[in-house]
Amino acid sequence: MQVLYFAWVRQKVGLAEEQVSPPAEVRDIAGLIAWLAARSPGHAAAFAAPKQIRAAVNQDFCAFDHPVAAGDEIAFFPPVTGG
Amino acid sequence: MTPTIRVQEAPFDLSAESALLTAGRVDVGGLASFVGLCRADDGLSALVLEHYPGMTERALGRIAGQACARWPLTGCTLVHRVGRITPGEPIVLVLTASAHRMAALESCAFLIDWLKTDAPFWKREEFADGESRWVAAKDSDTEAAARWTKGA
Repeated sequence: MQVLYFAWVRQKVGLAEEQVSPPAEVRDIAGLIAWLAARSPGHAAAFAAPKQIRAAVNQDFCAFDHPVAAGDEIAFFPPVTGG
Repeated sequence: MTPTIRVQEAPFDLSAESALLTAGRVDVGGLASFVGLCRADDGLSALVLEHYPGMTERALGRIAGQACARWPLTGCTLVHRVGRITPGEPIVLVLTASAHRMAALESCAFLIDWLKTDAPFWKREEFADGESRWVAAKDSDTEAAARWTKGA
């Protein structure tokens, strides 16, 4: 799956996007966050406070219990501040 | 009626965008506009706007579709800038046209309220002393958007 990061999440992770293949037990956004957080100190810093993070699956906002699957485009970012 | 939706670095021209919604028509009785501008709060020297290409257009399209379903609009334009924007410059444009004023005014307010909470843009503030910080989301923006769903 393709994972995208925006704003301060991108800065903390140190990547704008990456291709990942989590193990089968990673079934939802919450599980993916826990798995990603162990990838590097930057990932750990970005995901240290999950309540400050929002997620999208295939370009739609979603809750942390939303399922994830191979082939999905998943994005993590702070609450939006446009307008 | 297909809404016009654009995400761009370049400034926009309110007069030109307005003319596109009224030119050659005699059924438009009201045109409402909202232009969001960059303020120089706390010594701010620039805003840098980032977005999620693809999802942004999709989200703006969904919000515009909701406005078109709720009010009888003859025209609807959303333009949001990204990149570096300095104080005094425009950031966002919402235009709505309808036969009557109330539909134009209400849909314009609805669109900017929902755009602020449901479109994936992020603002970073740059200051004259070189400091930089990401803008935090405001509860008041979420409440402003939620008032459109009360009693619905």
